[in-house]
Amino acid sequence: MPRAGGDPAVHSTVTEFPVITTTGLTKVYRSGDRDVTALDGVDLHVREGEVYGVIGQSGAGKSTLIRCLNLLERPTSGTVTVAGQELTSIAGRGKRAGAQLRAARSHIGMVFQHFNLLSSRTVQDNVELPLEILKVDRRERSRKALELLDLVGLADKATAYPAQLSGGQKQRVGIARALAGDPKVLLSDEATSALDPETTRSILTLLRDLNRQLGLTIVLITHEMDVVKTICDSAALMKNGRVVEQGTVAELLATPGSELARELFPVGGEPSADDRTVVDITFHGSAATRPVISELARTYNVDISILGAAMDTVGGKQIGRMRIELPGRFEENVVPIGFLREQGLQVDVAAVAAVADVADAAPAVPAPAAAPLQKEGAK
Amino acid sequence: MQPLLYDNTLDTLFMVWWSTFYAVLFGIPAGVLLHLTDRGALLQNVVVNKVLGAIVNIGRSFPFLILIVVLIPFTRLVVGVSIGPTGAVVPLAIAAIPFFARLVEAALREVDHGLVEAAQAMGGGTWTIIFKVLLPQALPALVAAVTTTVITLIGYSAIAGAVGGGGLGNLAYTYGYQQYETSLMITTVVELIVLVTLVQLLGDLIVRRLAGRGTRPSSPVRVGLRRARTEEPAAVTEAA
Repeated sequence: MPRAGGDPAVHSTVTEFPVITTTGLTKVYRSGDRDVTALDGVDLHVREGEVYGVIGQSGAGKSTLIRCLNLLERPTSGTVTVAGQELTSIAGRGKRAGAQLRAARSHIGMVFQHFNLLSSRTVQDNVELPLEILKVDRRERSRKALELLDLVGLADKATAYPAQLSGGQKQRVGIARALAGDPKVLLSDEATSALDPETTRSILTLLRDLNRQLGLTIVLITHEMDVVKTICDSAALMKNGRVVEQGTVAELLATPGSELARELFPVGGEPSADDRTVVDITFHGSAATRPVISELARTYNVDISILGAAMDTVGGKQIGRMRIELPGRFEENVVPIGFLREQGLQVDVAAVAAVADVADAAPAVPAPAAAPLQKEGAK
Repeated sequence: MQPLLYDNTLDTLFMVWWSTFYAVLFGIPAGVLLHLTDRGALLQNVVVNKVLGAIVNIGRSFPFLILIVVLIPFTRLVVGVSIGPTGAVVPLAIAAIPFFARLVEAALREVDHGLVEAAQAMGGGTWTIIFKVLLPQALPALVAAVTTTVITLIGYSAIAGAVGGGGLGNLAYTYGYQQYETSLMITTVVELIVLVTLVQLLGDLIVRRLAGRGTRPSSPVRVGLRRARTEEPAAVTEAA
């Protein structure tokens, strides 16, 4: 989704101040007589004002991670620091949260996949609940709730009950409720996973706007690459309880062999014969607009087949990936590949033997033959 | 005969009303405590949970007739008498509290844990969770539980009546059964049936209204309750 204004650098609210930091976050569940490690030493660094996406398949531990950030889930070891306050040191023991932790939580908003609205309360009363917890007086509660409902575009639904709302409207109420405590940080636990694509887009736009207008830091977990593509400044990929990649989206895309980059822009396609070289090219910045492929074909007089390609706008920048096939084995194509690198493109030679299913089967490390040649192409 | 039926109906209503009152008064905290001390719950406490659970189970396994007899000294201590409607309220309440507590526990278990989590994420403490999440969200189920309890107590009050507690059970037994006044006995039984049916209908109506919040405009809820309330006294006079 194109962002207002185009160039993110102009409007970005991201600062270098770390608003959420975890160190060595580990969570082990005891299930019967064996231990299940849900989080295995996670170090997360979320900068103030950014939208940070944690992506991974179900069971990767991302849900546990986000619930550890406000200590709904107590980590087995490691620390969580939010807005300068180390939550793990004020957690106390047992499941009950002490007054200090509760006070800290009231300034961390959270939205849920299934909205978690109280069906016994009207929309306005749902938004007022966190204010009741903060002991705000009735008039102020009502004023603030209506203001927040207006912010999320539901001013006319204040007296409705959640059952009368659509999924998207419910999530807007959930967001309004999460904002009631004037949080610096909003945690989103698969907030759009129960919504249809169009509603997902509108909710993501809302989150993006809130991020921009309020300087709100948002950590969201999702299993949908589209969500990361649409609104995230930074992302982390989780696998088996570990963060295997993290960084800004631009950094990740510029990292050769980045799994996140590959999944953000999946380019499929198998070579048509054995003696072919398959090359994945990532375009970004000015290179995205130059006719590199035709230049390549003209200069070296090679026949290029395009096996797959994807173009998109990420963080306001045009980004593309393309998988092309060159005739001949890798050794015969060193020069054309060198040409592509010279053009400022990021070039990854795909492991030909393993291209059967790129998304699932491609190894995290490129094929041994190609590995020494892997270099960051962008200059 | 008519004043006899009228007086005994009042006695039954007296017994059922007060024993329900105490069942709710003590059963809700007991049910909440059972729920919250359960494994994995907010106030997880195995000892409290097991002890309370055992007391509840013992209370529930006593045959009611035995319970009345066993409780005679206690009843006398609490209300000064052990017979008549007042004396019957004590064993009725003692029998109803654990029964109702289990129903409360079951009702609270049905509340989506996500809601509790949402309240925790907002910084809500245990009291907030009990009074702003668990009880309001379980309200329809709690009303259904009260309905079931009231009906059970109508039945129990008839047993209490037969052993000197007064009320319709007493009437049916002493006049209807022992003195062969079949018509009186039938009248009493019919009245009990009507009573139970009305309570069930009323309970169902309230539950439907509460559970239906949001699926229809909100004003009829209150109208419905008001209309429903006027039904009860009308039914009693009609039966009398």
